[in-house]
Amino acid sequence: MADLFSMAIAAILINNIILTKFFGMCPFLGVSKKTSSAIGMGAAVIFVIMGASIITYFLYHGVLVTLGIEYMQLITFILVIASFVQFTEMFIKKFSPALYKSLGIYLPLITTNCAVLYVAKDNITQNYSFIEMLVNSFSVPLGFLLVLYIFSCMRERLDIASTPNAWKGNPVALVAAALMALAFSGFAGLV
Amino acid sequence: MNRKENFIAGFVKENPVFGLYLGLCSALAISTTLDNAIGMGLCVTLILTASNMIISAIRKITPDEIRIPVYIVVIATLVSAVEMLMAAFMKELYANLGVFISLIVVNCIILGRAEAFASKNGIVDSALDGIGMGLGYTFSLLLISGVREFLATASWTITNPFNNQSFCTLVLTSLNHSRFPCSIHQQVHF
Repeated sequence: MADLFSMAIAAILINNIILTKFFGMCPFLGVSKKTSSAIGMGAAVIFVIMGASIITYFLYHGVLVTLGIEYMQLITFILVIASFVQFTEMFIKKFSPALYKSLGIYLPLITTNCAVLYVAKDNITQNYSFIEMLVNSFSVPLGFLLVLYIFSCMRERLDIASTPNAWKGNPVALVAAALMALAFSGFAGLV
Repeated sequence: MNRKENFIAGFVKENPVFGLYLGLCSALAISTTLDNAIGMGLCVTLILTASNMIISAIRKITPDEIRIPVYIVVIATLVSAVEMLMAAFMKELYANLGVFISLIVVNCIILGRAEAFASKNGIVDSALDGIGMGLGYTFSLLLISGVREFLATASWTITNPFNNQSFCTLVLTSLNHSRFPCSIHQQVHF
């Protein structure tokens, strides 16, 4: 139990997927302009990563290993992820049309969020047991949500700050992201 | 003329990393050394050119509703092939790039160009677009990694990925008796 807890803390704070591993930079810069869409995106990513990880875990150990075709891993995983994202899109469209509108183009683009494929592959290469896999694929996107939320708060503040013209928009956002990464490096050695 | 403009646009105006903010994940994670940058850049260029050509060739028989899954399968197949080739012939580079080679599948540049360019244009134009965009990506990786490698090691090294021997090293060394505090030494091995 303590192992699982420290694993979760490590995945959320220490090895944060955006700030230390640089995965999922596109939605990090693209959807972080408003706090509400940042939370929606983060929740959608948690849902997709959890679902896709569970399916790919069983597919890999049940089908690919049994048939001895592990080299088909990449093609299988990306197809599972693409169809799962399609499913999530229909789900959100039905239950929350407002969120669907605010996420816009970034919802289908979860397919190309490298965090999803990375977590699915990482669960296999690290040889996680089923429980460890569940903890990992919940806490990694939770770290994503946390950083995305903090960053969107910073960007809402940056919008009304008076920045030099050459720095407006993405440049100043990237500098803010760098400072946040510096702050998060303080968590190293926590566990 | 139009083709040439398309080709040049990938470098400066529509540079995938600096202009369009695409493919940032791998660009930031990989760009620690020049070797990684060159290897990753050429890998992406190769896959982007091939996928652009295939997708442009099948653009008329691809049903519109399932085009994204079709593109993704084409790209994933190419990436798996390149990954296996690299594991066999460029072991060092394969180990250094690690998971980022398979993550080329989800690189927004490749899917973005398939959707925005290759699905609407002919094979030759799509191939040129792939080469231009890929080299633009390589160019931006080289710029970032040039700075990062020099800050980390005070030298630039370029290695042959096939046998892991260095082609050429530029080292910044200090000379005590010189008027200038330091100079750049070049070592070239063949």
